[in-house]
Amino acid sequence: MRTYSYFPGCSLEKMAVSYHLSAMETTNKMGVELKEIEDWNCCGATTYFHVDELLAYTLVARNLAMAEKTGHDLVAPCSACYKNSYFGNAYLKEDQDLSDHINYALEQDNLHYSGSIEVKHLMEVFVEDVGLEEIKSKITHPLEGLRVAPYYGCQIVRPRKDHEDVENPQFFEDLMSAVGADPVDFTYRLRCCGGSLIITSREAALSLVRDLLQSAADKEADVIATACPMCQTNLECYQMTVNREFGTDFSIPIMYFTQLLGLSMGLPPKKLGIGTEFVSADRILTFAKEKV
Amino acid sequence: MATKPSFSEEVSNLLHASHGNPLRTCIQCGTCSGTCPVVEFMDHTPRRLIGMINANLKEEVLESNTYWHCASCFHCTVRCPSEIDIAGLMYGLKRYSIWKHQYPEGAIGPVFSETFVKSILRSGRSYEPVLAPTYIFSYGVREFLHEAHTATNLMIKGRLPVLPPRITRLENFKKMANRIIPMGGA
Repeated sequence: MRTYSYFPGCSLEKMAVSYHLSAMETTNKMGVELKEIEDWNCCGATTYFHVDELLAYTLVARNLAMAEKTGHDLVAPCSACYKNSYFGNAYLKEDQDLSDHINYALEQDNLHYSGSIEVKHLMEVFVEDVGLEEIKSKITHPLEGLRVAPYYGCQIVRPRKDHEDVENPQFFEDLMSAVGADPVDFTYRLRCCGGSLIITSREAALSLVRDLLQSAADKEADVIATACPMCQTNLECYQMTVNREFGTDFSIPIMYFTQLLGLSMGLPPKKLGIGTEFVSADRILTFAKEKV
Repeated sequence: MATKPSFSEEVSNLLHASHGNPLRTCIQCGTCSGTCPVVEFMDHTPRRLIGMINANLKEEVLESNTYWHCASCFHCTVRCPSEIDIAGLMYGLKRYSIWKHQYPEGAIGPVFSETFVKSILRSGRSYEPVLAPTYIFSYGVREFLHEAHTATNLMIKGRLPVLPPRITRLENFKKMANRIIPMGGA
């Protein structure tokens, strides 16, 4: 049994509860245990870094310290939580002064972070730790014929964290192939969804969302798969707004990769949080047919 | 006698955690501008903004909407041939402009960021409905109605929390933050 410290992040509490449910169901099926960090706090999102960087990394450090107590690496399903936690961890490990300063603050919550754990994105757990072969062995309902647009977005790959290919990653496509679907190669798979610009620069964000939907539609994608709650929300909840503003008629379901993975493992849609979408995912369910 | 740092030195000093090269190594190639997905909404391209910083055009830089349009996608950062952390620079400018209370008229970003930070410091977790008043009133009627419609749908589908979430050890959390930024009273 592989065990991780699980940091769901604020979005997964409500807005992206389907990501949380499907993450728990699919990891469980794979023999992976996600133990939620006790009393975790917000990762700082992007906005904290607009105000104070040190405070932002202190928030990250509190989560890391609580995860470290369990001895398990921290896993974040949200790309922004992942990026903030990853870099906070890296800076705390390499900068003794920063670490001393932040640990002085952590004392107020009787915590200390010594830098002994790693930070991973949930998709990394599936692709690298569990492995595609192991995943394939659990697929009972391959999503044959499903044209899926694997949408990376930004912070799962950028900024560069280690050795990964930031210009032409393939791990999302590989995972989608493993569940039996056909990943389509669409132009904007690595382009930004607008993130919090949907609030602060609405016009710009809506045009990014439109471009992304168009790019997937051009390749006749049945569904866009995401690994980030911000991407999911922008592409799905603002799809109707885009249609109104730009006179388009997009109707593309936006699903978490864990939901597609769960369907291919024969898990019931309801357990994967399917049914709370703005753009119905019903049509996608018909692709999950039991292997004969 | 102390020398006053130039604007470009001040900005460079704000990039604490950035591992990028100094801004003066910019060769003005424009890869950042060609990469940026929101460049068409900016009054100056990222390349031009860096040139303006290096030329110490402080007022023009702060009045520009460029850095508040940055969505932190880091595409420019990973492509810069001079290895400047351009998205990190945009964060630095946002911090600078909030500290100086000097930003382009009508920008929602600064107020939204400050409100977000304050709300996290109150509860430990983010809660969307608290944030809405910071931007909703700067929207036009149409945007306002669209936004209200989206929020209602989210509420119906159980995707918006009714009560704000809170962490358990909130008092400790506030004291912790107070050791980084003393805010009094915590």
